[in-house]
Amino acid sequence: MTSASTPAASASWRARFAGGGALRLESLIVLAVLCVAMTLLSNVFLSISNILNILLSTSVFGVLAIGMTFVISSAGIDLSVGSILALSGVVGAMLTSNLDLPWWIGLLGCLAMGALTGALNGFLITRGAIPPFIVTLGMLGVARGFALVLSNGVSIYGLPPETVWLGQGRPFGVPTPVIILLLTALVAHVLLAHTRFGVYAQVIGDNEVAARAMGVRVERMKVLIYTLSGLLSGLAGLLFAARINSGEPTAGLNYELTAITATILGGTNLFGGRGSVAGTLIGALIMGVLQNGLNLMAVRPFYQQIAIGAVLILAVWLDRINSREGWRR
Amino acid sequence: MSLLELNDVRKTFGAIEALRGVTFSVEAGSAVALVGDNGAGKSTLMKTITGVHRPDGGEIRFDGDSIVGKDPGEIREAGIEMIYQDLALARMRDVASNIFLGRELTRSVLGIRLIDTSRMRNEAEAMIARLGARIPSVNQLTGQLSGGQQQSVAIARALTFNPKLVIMDEPTAALAVREVEHVLDLIRTLKRDGISVILISHRLTDVFSVCDRVVVLRQGEVIADDATRSTSMNAVVAHIVGAHSEQAS
Repeated sequence: MTSASTPAASASWRARFAGGGALRLESLIVLAVLCVAMTLLSNVFLSISNILNILLSTSVFGVLAIGMTFVISSAGIDLSVGSILALSGVVGAMLTSNLDLPWWIGLLGCLAMGALTGALNGFLITRGAIPPFIVTLGMLGVARGFALVLSNGVSIYGLPPETVWLGQGRPFGVPTPVIILLLTALVAHVLLAHTRFGVYAQVIGDNEVAARAMGVRVERMKVLIYTLSGLLSGLAGLLFAARINSGEPTAGLNYELTAITATILGGTNLFGGRGSVAGTLIGALIMGVLQNGLNLMAVRPFYQQIAIGAVLILAVWLDRINSREGWRR
Repeated sequence: MSLLELNDVRKTFGAIEALRGVTFSVEAGSAVALVGDNGAGKSTLMKTITGVHRPDGGEIRFDGDSIVGKDPGEIREAGIEMIYQDLALARMRDVASNIFLGRELTRSVLGIRLIDTSRMRNEAEAMIARLGARIPSVNQLTGQLSGGQQQSVAIARALTFNPKLVIMDEPTAALAVREVEHVLDLIRTLKRDGISVILISHRLTDVFSVCDRVVVLRQGEVIADDATRSTSMNAVVAHIVGAHSEQAS
């Protein structure tokens, strides 16, 4: 702390630790402290089956949070992820259950529904010049409404076994959704940290005017970013439906809250400019452990909403304190 | 044929006529000053050249080809670089990423084009060294650099890709005296290397020391376009504040 080289040295150490991303050590510490506390409070917490349980419940909103990482990195927000999840799940289930189409068409239809809805968000934001907050808030209502209209408000049971395996299978003892989450995170990490697409998403959040002046096609980028978020919402919808073997119009309610909280906890700057998929994964695990811990302690689910909301506000507050130092603007 | 030719370029924003038929040209290897009061349309004109704004009318030709309707990336590709007054830097990214912003070097891994960070860092380091800029490390976040260092990054970015024309918007406004001299020397070097410069500046001493011509913009129109040899600071100031036109009317 006494020498001038200390901040630079710690910055480079952090940069190496985060692989050039924005992963913060604080997130890991919070996760570790939370795990230790839960271990002390509950003797089942550390069992293999419970850990797999946490990972399984993390996988759905973890996938949402990965998409959210790109959106928030670009200084945007996507409030419609939970509703797109439900709409995609319902559409996917209807393709196989109501129309008797093969399982893989249901799967593709589910992903396509998500991507299309996300693309619509992106077009409204860029062509319509409507703030992302408003577009995706509107889409939160519209997509949920369509999910209810299409399904008549009832669950669509009975998915093909192949689809169900994606939610309930356990290759090598690991739940399939967990494997899908990790694969998605791996691809997303490379995309965000090591390709033009990911770097431009962050540069748009950092300085949109500069990005445009330097030749970044900002409008096209934004459409792609919201399409990606929609696609991953569709994937989350697939995992959700597969896990409960049903297309559920009320699935993913309030999941935007969990996804945004996980993303911010993971160190992605709420005001854009830097993001980290690895951080988001840790943020999602914090949310998963928190929910699991509250369940193990038999806390009523109502209180979980309070906890998640409070954690979000706390995380942003800490982020503000953090970003007051260091940036010359 | 001039390197850059503007002919009757027009641009309106709602009811405001920002550019009312601007015509002037820039020869290869020359420095042209663009001066005018605040709101005269200098920045709008430059952003129209760089493709950030699309003109409502008129023609812009660069190196013989029309560049109207091209996007900023294509215009940079054609050989026009601009150093913006606010520098247009991504301050949460490192120096190397800023120098290569929009033109990242990539390598192919399993058919996927990944950004080649190490090659970008090496080349950025070489560019910074060639400019003689003092920047601790190209890995440093740009937002953590001093104002002068940030400007060096913006300059390095403009010069890395062999431009034919460099537009500088108030490059000396925020600099210390020694740094100003550095920028003026840089403009002289560019001219010697055959690179054209458009210098937007309020500092007429700078303009008269490095520029071959001075174009005065007033209310979106060119009201004077003279060789610096054949005009004087007083005459230019009179054009800027509109003293000449008032005498005429």
